[in-house]
Amino acid sequence: MSGTKKETGFTFTIDGVEITAYAGETIMEAADEAGVYIPRLCDHEGLRHQGSCRVCTVKAGGRSVAACTQPAAPGQAVENESPHLTKMRRDLVEMLFHEGNHLCPICEASGNCELQAMAYRLDMTETTRFPYLEPCRALDASHPDIALDTNRCISCGRCIRASEDVDGKGVFGYVGRGIHRRVAVNGENLADTDAQVTDHAISSEVCPVGCIIRKRVGFVTPIGEREFDKGLIGHEIEARRK
Amino acid sequence: MSDLPKARIATASLAGCFGCHMAILDIDERLIDLMQLVDVDRSPLTDKKRFTTRCDIGIIEGGCCNEENVHVLHDFRRNCDVLIALGQCAIMGGLPAMRNAIMHSDAPLRECLEEAYITGKYIRNTTHNVPNDPALPLLLDEVYPCSEVVEIDYQIPGCAPGGDIIFDTLSKLLTGKFRGFEREMIKFD
Repeated sequence: MSGTKKETGFTFTIDGVEITAYAGETIMEAADEAGVYIPRLCDHEGLRHQGSCRVCTVKAGGRSVAACTQPAAPGQAVENESPHLTKMRRDLVEMLFHEGNHLCPICEASGNCELQAMAYRLDMTETTRFPYLEPCRALDASHPDIALDTNRCISCGRCIRASEDVDGKGVFGYVGRGIHRRVAVNGENLADTDAQVTDHAISSEVCPVGCIIRKRVGFVTPIGEREFDKGLIGHEIEARRK
Repeated sequence: MSDLPKARIATASLAGCFGCHMAILDIDERLIDLMQLVDVDRSPLTDKKRFTTRCDIGIIEGGCCNEENVHVLHDFRRNCDVLIALGQCAIMGGLPAMRNAIMHSDAPLRECLEEAYITGKYIRNTTHNVPNDPALPLLLDEVYPCSEVVEIDYQIPGCAPGGDIIFDTLSKLLTGKFRGFEREMIKFD
């Protein structure tokens, strides 16, 4: 694709800002290059797009589409940071908080957590209107180097794609349907799989929350000095903007 | 500023660890400025157990884990114009809410008490009973965030919230200038 980039470049707008895109690029890929941040949770650089969390929902041609999977189209007017979309994203993130057991004060990912950072970015500080589901979910500490606290899993599937596509292992996969769909391991528990702490799927960047835990390194960086203590999520992308 | 009548503030700690009240003290020397604007009524800081008058702002630390917490919270809602949930426990139950779901049980409260007082490995409890003195407030089935019990007007996030966000929010509320938090100040840890 990169060879034909020059010939097929076109422009579209996001919130009135002109963005250059190339054939086959998604709205989010073009936006990232131009330094316009579109919030996302299930999408991650280097992994195939999935479009399941819907936090990246934008309005394109009057329709709500997932920016991570929707191809950019010439002349399209995309709406990204409108009050309506921000509210919808905040509600989505809030529902993710309520669907699992997300206790930031006890979580070792606090400060590095993308879900939490998204809540900061989307100003999730108002009194909630949603019930807490407080599900009973398993903790799998069977593996000598890795633990899974599925209370914190948001079913983004980043570990599934990383394990399948990058590690070539398939340690993780979805089970169940609808609200019961969960990420599960390919075995009785994690110790029965061929997961290794060196896998890409286990690396700190793949799990956006504190579900996949590398044992014995949790508090190497103290609370208050972590990634999203230094800046809002997406600020590196926004820094690219000219 | 000094010619304005002072606002009255009340505070209470429910199912919390008192960390949020300690965090109020983290306002440090700015407390002197704040005290120019407010009088403190019912609060552990003044040791007043009852409201002496209606208050402008009530600050609640902790969620509701027992009957007494619910009574106190209702009392605060009745006697305060603006009610603030301070910290994660008041906002979403916090650490005490771990007993709601994290243990894999159909009766999480019973299992929690049994492990704490009877079956726990390192327990030395010669009575082999869960404390049941009538003077103890009745525990609720679950730990509830304040907003599930009464209407909450503002929430100050954090565990505990920093002195800066508490001072900033209170001084803005008192001068009618509060328009939400600076994003960089929002922390859930």
